[in-house]
Amino acid sequence: MRIVEKAQLMSASEIDRTLRRLAHQIVEKSGGTKHLALIGIRRRGVPLAQRIAQAMRGIDGVDVPVGTLDITLYRDDLSKVATHAVLQSSDISFGVDQMDLVLVDDVLYTGRTIRAAMNGLFDLGRPQRVSLCVLIDRGHREMPIEAQFVGRTVQTSDSEIIEVRLREIDDEERVVLVDRQEP
Amino acid sequence: MTFRLRDLLALEPLTADELTFLLDQSQPFQTIQRNPLKKLATLRGKTVALAFFENSTRTRISFGTAASRLGADTMNLQAEASSLKKGESLLDTVQTLNAMKPDCLVMRHASSGAADFVARHLDIPVINAGDGTHEHPSQGLLDALTIRDRLGKIDNLNVTILGDLQHSRVARSNIHLLGKFGCRFTLCGPAMWVPKELEKIGAPGVSIRRVFKLEEALEDADVVLVLRVQTERMHEPSISNEDYVLGYQLNAERLRRAKPNALVLHPGPMNRGSEITPEVADGPQSCVLEQVTNGIAVRMALLYLLISGGPEDVPSEPQAAPKEEPQPQRNRRSTDKKDLSHASD
Repeated sequence: MRIVEKAQLMSASEIDRTLRRLAHQIVEKSGGTKHLALIGIRRRGVPLAQRIAQAMRGIDGVDVPVGTLDITLYRDDLSKVATHAVLQSSDISFGVDQMDLVLVDDVLYTGRTIRAAMNGLFDLGRPQRVSLCVLIDRGHREMPIEAQFVGRTVQTSDSEIIEVRLREIDDEERVVLVDRQEP
Repeated sequence: MTFRLRDLLALEPLTADELTFLLDQSQPFQTIQRNPLKKLATLRGKTVALAFFENSTRTRISFGTAASRLGADTMNLQAEASSLKKGESLLDTVQTLNAMKPDCLVMRHASSGAADFVARHLDIPVINAGDGTHEHPSQGLLDALTIRDRLGKIDNLNVTILGDLQHSRVARSNIHLLGKFGCRFTLCGPAMWVPKELEKIGAPGVSIRRVFKLEEALEDADVVLVLRVQTERMHEPSISNEDYVLGYQLNAERLRRAKPNALVLHPGPMNRGSEITPEVADGPQSCVLEQVTNGIAVRMALLYLLISGGPEDVPSEPQAAPKEEPQPQRNRRSTDKKDLSHASD
């Protein structure tokens, strides 16, 4: 199988502008940042959540707490994954009770990751509200889950993959659409 | 890194990288112990068989709790209630358990090598929860995790192990683990419990010395591992409790010989006033309760890794080695079949 890059969906500056827009939208819709907290889903949701929090500092001058969530233990496909998935610790150092939480991830696809993340969150307490923020929504949902804050919606086919590459993890900064082609 | 672990029978064959991986994978489960809701559904529908052919309270409860916090069910076999009393062999007993289709077997047995023997006959993962005087791998891991949490590292430490070394599988698992990280060991206790052979149980290059005077053995120690005085084994040649207290009890005054922040570990159950004073057991250097909490995290990690990474779950991709292919553990099993057959009675 060959992986072919078909198109660039976002450049570094587009990612940056999109995240700042999302930060504004979240603050506006939440009516302030008092009970607001961001939860980045490992891996690429984590730097995205941190960058959105950084942008919010510029808007409201407040530090919005950021937590990270590893969803491996909450997956529903444990018996289908090849071998030990390497676990990482979740790190949510604030209480989630009564909080207005925004889950942050790079790509929204089947919705299963978000289902798992919500299970993880509710083990920590009872948030007042949970919403979802993604950089890319590529469709193909298998769960009744939608994002309230979307960077960009992209029509994709099943064989295509969206790769969000972030400088914190991938040493480059762009979003690309790649395709799997049978030889 | 990641590696395929089929069973956990001993720490001796594992490399430093593999041991570090197991400790790292226990950390997320430590976090979960602090959640208001501690129960996961990760292993929902899986069953863990707990077969304890030797008395155990805390290890059995710890494994049982670890299984239930992962969402797995348990089946329990306890020696007193089992048909072993009616003369059934070890192999028949575990094969009967296996026929009830558990996904993992956790077992403790009074014979060294019993878990290894059973693992060779079963196709499910086997975790050794203590076999005779051989090893108690999950205890070794939870001790190392506790030390790493407190001191930030497990490398190049001076570790003093105190008590009945000869009968201690806990001491052996600790030496096999910490020895791979350059720790140096001082073994101390009455001479008949610290035989000379113990100096050679570590891998080549691991420094193990015997010291019979406790004050001297504690000099410069980073970690003091106190073993239980096994009163049930106190037959001839033995030592009276009074003499043991006089010579080997860890008290606050003696502990001052060790480094100022030296850790005190005890695998439990403690005999307060015998091998350890209440002042030390409850003091700031004591890690006894952290060891218990960490035990659940380590055992959750082991159950998760062994059950979720089972060979039958692997799709037929090239990276997935089929069960029959020679793996180091498999090899070892087929070569030393004979010397463990005694464990079946």
